[in-house]
Amino acid sequence: MSDEATNEKVIQDLIKRVETLEANAPEDKLAMGIMSGDLDYLIASFIVALGAAAYDMEVDMFFTFWATAALRDPKKQKNLKKDALGNMFGAMLPTGIDKLPLSKMHMMGMGDAMIKGVMKKHGAKSLEELMKDAADFGIRIHVCTMSMDLMGIKREEIIDYPHISYVGVGAFVDIFGKAKQCWFM
Amino acid sequence: MTTEELQALEIGKVVDARGTACPGPLLDAKRAIGDCPVGGVMEVQSSDDGTIIDIQRWSRKMGHEYLGDIENDGFWSIYFRKVK
Repeated sequence: MSDEATNEKVIQDLIKRVETLEANAPEDKLAMGIMSGDLDYLIASFIVALGAAAYDMEVDMFFTFWATAALRDPKKQKNLKKDALGNMFGAMLPTGIDKLPLSKMHMMGMGDAMIKGVMKKHGAKSLEELMKDAADFGIRIHVCTMSMDLMGIKREEIIDYPHISYVGVGAFVDIFGKAKQCWFM
Repeated sequence: MTTEELQALEIGKVVDARGTACPGPLLDAKRAIGDCPVGGVMEVQSSDDGTIIDIQRWSRKMGHEYLGDIENDGFWSIYFRKVK
């Protein structure tokens, strides 16, 4: 092979490698897996998500297991067609963000009221306000359909949120793969 | 910049985020930056001293020029120049 042909081959190989690297390079995105259904974990999650939004990062939040219960709308609990197990889970799981427990110092609901009082006193936003901000900043929420099935949570009872989708782990692994930062809560 | 230099700046946009906790001041700054002309100085007022480092890092990452901060009575004024 002539020198010129060798050079050409090396250049073509390099172009291919750079193209592969670029296609798989993480972008300025934040991907969060939210498993906890505890008030404190969810507040922390939305604060982090909003911080990233302030940096113009795209944010995707994947809600799975206990976190899906936080997305239930208490105003949409009538006329839901659920089986017996679904009804049982439905009754045991919190109905939306006002009913979430604290991970520590819950004290049968007293800790919950206390933390809300302290947060208000310090000018910290409530989870409801944080979720409104998240909607404004275009933060996307993806709900794990398998968790919803397991817990008997229906799409009809999920909150009105402008950027919501229902996905499985396949979608989320892809989203995580493209994100520079990945958090699990 | 010295305190005197910061105090002498002409301010393009003031963001009063006093009394709000993290991430309030950062989000308020992000929301208000569109109202500040390019080349203008933005002043973020916050009663949370964590905001100083937050705005330092954020403004630099967003391509702006961090100018400094002044401690006032119970709150901080944080200054940066909007570059683009």
